[in-house]
Amino acid sequence: MRATCGGLATAGAWGRPCRITIGATQAELKPDAGACTEEGHGRQVTTPAITEAECIRRILAGEKHLFHQLIRPCERAIYVMLVGILGSEAEAEDAAQETAIKVFLNLRSFRGDSQFRTWVLSIARNEGLGRLRRIGSRKEDSLDAEADDQGGDFTPAILISWREVPAEALERKELGAILREAIGKLPEIYRNVVILRDIEEMDGKEAAAILGITEGALKVRLHRARALLQRWLAPKLETFAARPPAPKRKGLFGWKG
Amino acid sequence: MRIDCKHVWRHISAYIDGEVDAELRAIIDRHLETCEICSAVLDSTRNVVVLVADDRVFELPAGFSKRFHDRLDRELALGGN
Repeated sequence: MRATCGGLATAGAWGRPCRITIGATQAELKPDAGACTEEGHGRQVTTPAITEAECIRRILAGEKHLFHQLIRPCERAIYVMLVGILGSEAEAEDAAQETAIKVFLNLRSFRGDSQFRTWVLSIARNEGLGRLRRIGSRKEDSLDAEADDQGGDFTPAILISWREVPAEALERKELGAILREAIGKLPEIYRNVVILRDIEEMDGKEAAAILGITEGALKVRLHRARALLQRWLAPKLETFAARPPAPKRKGLFGWKG
Repeated sequence: MRIDCKHVWRHISAYIDGEVDAELRAIIDRHLETCEICSAVLDSTRNVVVLVADDRVFELPAGFSKRFHDRLDRELALGGN
């Protein structure tokens, strides 16, 4: 995520996180210091930097172990997307593993006409939606389309004395829980857009490709999703603000203030 | 040209992403200079976007990566491709 392994920093079993460029098929899989150590399997594998396309070619030619290196930059995005769809960490973890296996088994059909990550996340999304169908989809799904058609009520929370909540406040676990709960409450069509655009920070084109919608539709959904989050979260975030309200002056409400 | 608050709200997401054209941006900026409500709505929305993007909101479960790659190893050992 964000062109790095993102959350892998917490994955101690894999040693230091590999900082791997992702995205285009020409992307270079470039571990830190030129090597990626895989310590979690009782072995030390040192893999030189290779491009994503080269990595795929070599996997298809039989060097299957390189698949770990190929999929690693995507694993967090796969998981987050599946948590968003399935609403369960355990289910999302199992679905993430199944997704990776399907990516491996179908690697030969990846044509390189989209980004590898886009293709992988499309498979993840299909895996998540397939599971939802099997376990009895959330009832809200039928409401999603309705909300999209009708536009809904997107009046924001009107604030009189809003104060910025610094990212450091996320050290308090309850803030993360409030944010996750709000994202989980979003209708699926908005939740997926927030996950891809605001959490995984993909550009509009890639996010639209994964979801199979136009960039215009994506922008509308993103706007509505953010408006809903603002309306739900702004009143709750007050207790996490860093400072008491400043005296009245220009910039009191401003990002810059 | 002047716009009302609801008009500003409709463009807040695009404004945050830098996707409004220069003319509309200037109009919104002028509105924001004098409208504390819209400034607060804009800034709180932007704050929510920043917070949601933080890696700490969605952390991988402990041991996720090891289990992920262990399962892949078993699959790779089975064959395929």
